[in-house]
Amino acid sequence: MAEKMTGAEMVVQALKDQGVAHVFGYPGGAVLPIYDSLFQQDEIEHILVRHEQGATHMAEGYARSTGKVGVVLVTSGPGATNAVTGLTDALLDSIPLVCLTGQVPTPLIGSDAFQECDTVGITRNCTKHNYLVKDVADLPRIIHEAFHIASTGRPGPVVIDIPKDVQFALGDYAGPVAHQSHASYKPQAKPDLVEIEQAVDLMLQAKRPVCYTGGGVINAGPRASELLRELVELTGFPVTSTLMGLGAFPASSDKWLGMLGMHGTYEANLAMHDCDLMINIGARFDDRITGRLDAFSPNSTKIHVDIDPSSINKNVVVDLPIIGDCANVLEEMVRIWRTRTNESRAGELAPWMAQIEKWRSVNCLGYENSSDVIKPQYAIERLAAAVKEKDVYITTEVGQHQMWAAQYFPFDKPNRLMTSGGLGTMGYGLPAAVGVQVAHRDALVIDIAGEASVQMTMQEFSTAVQFRLPIKIFILNNEYMGMVRQWQELLHGSRYSQSYSESLPDFVKLAEAFGGKGIRVEHPDELDAAIKEMLDHDGPVLFDCRVVKQENCLPMIPSGKAHNEMILPDTADIGNIIDEKGRSLV
Amino acid sequence: MNPHLRASGSAYFLTTDTAKIERHTLSVLVDNEPGILARIAGLFSARGFNIDSLTVSETEHEKGLSRITVVTVASPKVLAQIKLQLERLIPVHRVHDLTAEGKSLERELALVKVSGTGENRVETLRLADAFRAQVVDASIESFVFEITGKSTKIEQFISLMMPLGLVEVVRTGLAAISRGPDRM
Ligand SMILES: Cc1cc2nc3c(=O)[nH]c(=O)nc-3n(C[C@H](O)[C@H](O)[C@H](O)COP(=O)(O)OP(=O)(O)OC[C@H]3O[C@@H](n4cnc5c(N)ncnc54)[C@H](O)[C@@H]3O)c2cc1C
Ligand SMILES: Cc1ncc(C[n+]2csc(CCOP(=O)(O)OP(=O)(O)O)c2C)c(N)n1
Ligand SMILES: [Mg+2]
Repeated sequence: MAEKMTGAEMVVQALKDQGVAHVFGYPGGAVLPIYDSLFQQDEIEHILVRHEQGATHMAEGYARSTGKVGVVLVTSGPGATNAVTGLTDALLDSIPLVCLTGQVPTPLIGSDAFQECDTVGITRNCTKHNYLVKDVADLPRIIHEAFHIASTGRPGPVVIDIPKDVQFALGDYAGPVAHQSHASYKPQAKPDLVEIEQAVDLMLQAKRPVCYTGGGVINAGPRASELLRELVELTGFPVTSTLMGLGAFPASSDKWLGMLGMHGTYEANLAMHDCDLMINIGARFDDRITGRLDAFSPNSTKIHVDIDPSSINKNVVVDLPIIGDCANVLEEMVRIWRTRTNESRAGELAPWMAQIEKWRSVNCLGYENSSDVIKPQYAIERLAAAVKEKDVYITTEVGQHQMWAAQYFPFDKPNRLMTSGGLGTMGYGLPAAVGVQVAHRDALVIDIAGEASVQMTMQEFSTAVQFRLPIKIFILNNEYMGMVRQWQELLHGSRYSQSYSESLPDFVKLAEAFGGKGIRVEHPDELDAAIKEMLDHDGPVLFDCRVVKQENCLPMIPSGKAHNEMILPDTADIGNIIDEKGRSLV
Repeated sequence: MNPHLRASGSAYFLTTDTAKIERHTLSVLVDNEPGILARIAGLFSARGFNIDSLTVSETEHEKGLSRITVVTVASPKVLAQIKLQLERLIPVHRVHDLTAEGKSLERELALVKVSGTGENRVETLRLADAFRAQVVDASIESFVFEITGKSTKIEQFISLMMPLGLVEVVRTGLAAISRGPDRM
């Protein structure tokens, strides 16, 4: 029996029926009815942000760290436009979000009414799907459908634009039904077994295999990570991952090659370049990975597992595409492998693994430490050592510190790194940390930040204070937009146009002004004690770690170069493995 | 740092697609809902795909389905992406590449206004007759013709009318369907 409710009541009821416990939002005229029905219940907790962009990144952090859909609620006009950056970020990184936006009453749509904007028009290309609800009768179905679309197939953000008169209107509420959606929406999660048989055939013959895993393994849930570990256990294949896939395979394994791509390790990139079989599991051949396309892994047979058919052959043409959810595909791969053999192929792979060990011996992440200034790499290593035994979640901003976090912080579990990979949104990390902490109240949540990025969404520190969320903002303060400065050094004759962080705030005082704690550290000898002080403090902390100003983030594959042409740090030990000809290339 | 490896250029790795460009007609079966045309057109512009012609109409009212016919020009690799990206849109049921599947029928309708007097007027009517264009409006000094056929036929007719006093043309864009008994 359907129940009569107002549109606003339906919104809250539908969220409850979808199992939503937290909503990140900001009120305004066009969503007041929804705020009123939120006020009259206490199952759903509303996290009041300071800027709608913050709400979207919080919801992303929440979603990425839990596997649930992140929910955002904002008003019409500026509320909706402020959310656009986070929606685009979620689209590029395949993060499931449902964003409810208020809209002016239907009779006023198109009249340039107060705080009107064409929300569905603006967000059409930065969402997986969006809706304008013109009739309250459609509202419950649309909300349930939005959750289904956001969380299935290749996940992504969905916007529901709800005019104010629809929020007031009375209608019949209906709960969710299974797979509620358009008849045309049928993501293919179950793979074709024939293709997996073929994949296993290739894997059994490979002499120089490498698994290249990505965000899709994380999207597929913790079971996919377990299955990946199982597959590697069986096959003995080495594994590298994109930034988005870090943690799906443990960094502590001897099969782990480190991240690949532009700032990936020497061993990962050379293994990709020289392999005879590449098994791409849930990664999308992004340009930060492939480098020069015509020189990308020229002699390999390529298998590509992806749930989105449009990812296949988009950038790199592959030999064996497998459409399906990573967890299902990995499960079948493991099963079929077991039916074929129970012997280890370690003997056959030995020469390849020996080659990889040689590349590893270059020690491409080595750096020259200093006893007077803090090196950013050292700061991350000390942070990692200090939190080793803890249940820790890391978020990052965008820049050099983000890459150093990926290189020097070891991730052993999935859903533990929240970072803006595809859009590269500075200002992502602090609000994302807030979102993660909302989902995991007792965990340790650290944003590895840059002093420039963190200023973009600094105001959300106030949200952390209000909701007693003890996030730690670990700023690697090099007084530069370091990543920009590095590119200017490489490409523009060291002309540091507008990349110096002038007039920086006093981060310690700033933290105190917000009602949090600030810590500054300038000398390597004080670092460990300061980190301990940060971790011991039961509340949000801004940690201003003064690091050397002009460090470059290496290794790096420069633009237009292939995987085997990377810039290594001066400390790299390339002497005994690369001949003269090779050396002029490195 | 290894100075001989100083990079130059941009932050992206650019390669040019040298593959041959082809013209294809795609038939797209969609749910007839608000914004669907904007979704399709927006996808083409956002991803830099070309649209040569685009027509939409509701074809199966009871089921709420429309058919969109898009003529595009692209390399085979891009064509494959266009099809897959269209299929990714939630309200899209199916995309058929009529050109790749062969044996399709393509028709377009145009209304062509020509003005003139004397000899030109006679010549205009003679050519119209040869092209089976119908006179749908006439005045002392003008005609409006209705012509249907393949786009090439229509283009040819228009170019012949040019020196005879062509005033203006409107075209419907392409409607296309596969031959034989099967539905899309
Ligand atoms: C400054 C900067 C530098 C960077 N440098 C690097 C770098 O050096 N190395 C690097 O790796 N990245 C780097 N990145 C990140 C890079 O831009 C991309 O975001 C990243 O490489 C993409 O990761 P991915 O291929 O795993 O794809 P994702 O964006 O995570 O996409 C996942 C893929 O898996 C598919 N998928 C989703 N769910 C499933 C499922 N359930 N089952 C199967 N398939 C699924 C999707 O369709 C998609 O194709 C950098 C980013 C920044 C900002
Ligand atoms: C919103 C936004 N604007 C601009 C950029 C371009 N950008 C990329 S990294 C970077 C500098 C980041 O500086 P900081 O946060 O201090 O990090 P660092 O590189 O110094 O570690 C800039 C400006 C971006 N990624 N996002
Ligand atoms: Mg900086």
